[in-house]
Amino acid sequence: MAGHAEDTDIIIVRNVNKWYGDFHALKNVSLTVKRKEVVVIIGPSGSGKSTFIRTINRLEEHQSGEIIVDGIPLTHDVRNIEAIRMETGMVFQQFNLFPHLTVLQNITLAPIHVRKMKKKDAEERAMQLLERVGIPEQAHKYPGQLSGGQQQRVAIARALAMQPKIMLFDEPTSALDPEMIREVLEVMEELAESGMTMVVVTHEMGFAKGVADRIVFMDGGEIVEIGTPEHFFTNPQHDRTKLFLQQILK
Amino acid sequence: MTTEIRSTTWVNTNHPAPAQKPPVTEVGAIGWLRANLFSSIGNTILTLITAVALYFIVTGLVRWVLGAFWQPVWENRKLFAVGLYPIAQMWQPAAALLMVSALFGLSAGRWGSIMRNLGVGLAALLLLFAVIPIGVQAQLVMAAGLGLLLIGYVAGARVPIASRWLALAWVVSMPITFILLAGGVNLPGLGIRWQFAPFVEVNLWGGLMLTMLLAVVGIALSFPIGVLLALGRRSKLPIIKWFCIGYIELIRGVPLITLLFMGMTMLPLFLPSGWGNPSLLVRAMTAITLFSAAYLAENVRGGLQAIPKGQYEAADALGLSAFDSLRFIILPQALTKVIPAIVGQFIGLFKDTSLASLVGLLELVAVGKAVIQQPEWLGTPGGIAREVYVFIAVVFFVFSYGMSFASRKLESKLGFGKRQ
Repeated sequence: MAGHAEDTDIIIVRNVNKWYGDFHALKNVSLTVKRKEVVVIIGPSGSGKSTFIRTINRLEEHQSGEIIVDGIPLTHDVRNIEAIRMETGMVFQQFNLFPHLTVLQNITLAPIHVRKMKKKDAEERAMQLLERVGIPEQAHKYPGQLSGGQQQRVAIARALAMQPKIMLFDEPTSALDPEMIREVLEVMEELAESGMTMVVVTHEMGFAKGVADRIVFMDGGEIVEIGTPEHFFTNPQHDRTKLFLQQILK
Repeated sequence: MTTEIRSTTWVNTNHPAPAQKPPVTEVGAIGWLRANLFSSIGNTILTLITAVALYFIVTGLVRWVLGAFWQPVWENRKLFAVGLYPIAQMWQPAAALLMVSALFGLSAGRWGSIMRNLGVGLAALLLLFAVIPIGVQAQLVMAAGLGLLLIGYVAGARVPIASRWLALAWVVSMPITFILLAGGVNLPGLGIRWQFAPFVEVNLWGGLMLTMLLAVVGIALSFPIGVLLALGRRSKLPIIKWFCIGYIELIRGVPLITLLFMGMTMLPLFLPSGWGNPSLLVRAMTAITLFSAAYLAENVRGGLQAIPKGQYEAADALGLSAFDSLRFIILPQALTKVIPAIVGQFIGLFKDTSLASLVGLLELVAVGKAVIQQPEWLGTPGGIAREVYVFIAVVFFVFSYGMSFASRKLESKLGFGKRQ
């Protein structure tokens, strides 16, 4: 039933609007993300980047427009919402690890109770993921005992443990000390190389330049410009984009 | 090596410098005394006044304790322990005590932490009463309880019993205790009547045993009800929300004693016909449970409000259902945060059970009142009220302090490594 376009397009967002009270936070936002594509969303604070990425897995509810994730329409139906959340991993600015659980328990909780994996299998997989993000020796510590960079890498492993098809990153390095940003970006770069579909809200222009397939510039709740990194950093079209890049790259 | 303040460029060639010990400013007992008790003139005066006051209080207390007339308490020890429970059937409460001792042992061995602390407390009490000559049979029961507790501890530590089975055993132990004490099951409303021994009416139960039953049932039942009320109060469904708010505010606006009297006079009005007339004990337990649940709900709500939004979002983003999110993420954190408040409330509940004496239950305080009225002590100069009430106060203190101590241990254990 799904056409060719549906097969390659894993996230389809059409004319999405969102209001907080009277404040129009997202204005007619439309975007399509292809499988294995890395899309980086940039823009000044308050531009709606985070709100937008959070509507994709229904952490924020949109009031009009259409969102389809891997063929599943995002409606009020709880089953659809949970199905979409199983396909999308999310990494937050504040990590949001569960402080009362060990690193290993943080990672295995959802696979055991949502994916119904056996505990032993889930733990084995969790150890592989910790290996992948470079901190297998921290498995039995609590999040409070880790540095910010380590916590964020655990958060990435936790999201990956659900074997998502899409990873959403909401300013993953903004709460980190400068010397820890690199270690998180390296994990994200490796993830992009492995073919993961990623939507990343970030202020890290180096990451956007080196890893993104497309960059989306948002301002005032709208998408202002979409293009390749090359287009953005050499030939931006809209005045607002030019001003933003000037300020940030100065 | 000091920094060159004036130069524009300077390199610390000594880096990294070895860590040094902090300077020692206060040494030994005299240093401690000087720093803590006699650090200033004002402090010295306060210290001296306190020392004099303490001297008079302690010596007065010791003199009174040594000279007091403890015989009434000693001779009524059975009454203080179990009330009017028939002597011939004392093996039934003994069996309940043995069951609980074994469960404590198993739990202490299996779970450690707070259960181990409580287990040690219980073991100390059992040992004390096994040694004091309270009566050969009772001493043997206490010794057996201690033995079962120790065996249970070793077994619990060695054999990996599933936590859920042990928890289930605790839940089941409560109705079993009631059946053991009653000598069977007698529920005319449901047409059930079965007995293994002559029925012991609940108005014969009493003393510390009854106090414990009231407190444990109150705690065990009010906890889940309180958590549900707290969740209900935060519900998005208006009917549930307003029902919970109404319930909590109504109960919190009324003293416990009025609820107890209402239980005595009004409870049958709310029950389906045919359930007959619940016993005094059931009425008091209902009132205490409903009362405690409302306060508990407010404590738990405080914990729920302290959970950052990010925790809910992380659980949602992982696809956890609302129920799993509550069960694994929100409630464990919320309840941990309010342990001190909850334990404080349970201690309050334990002490509030003494109000049940006013509605005719023969719990510890009521036994004390009865002992004071016994004719053989009426001739005692000055009466025996002081001895009896001090004894009751000490009993309440031992258990309350035990709970408070265990909760502090639990807090420090759960607090470890959890800062974020």
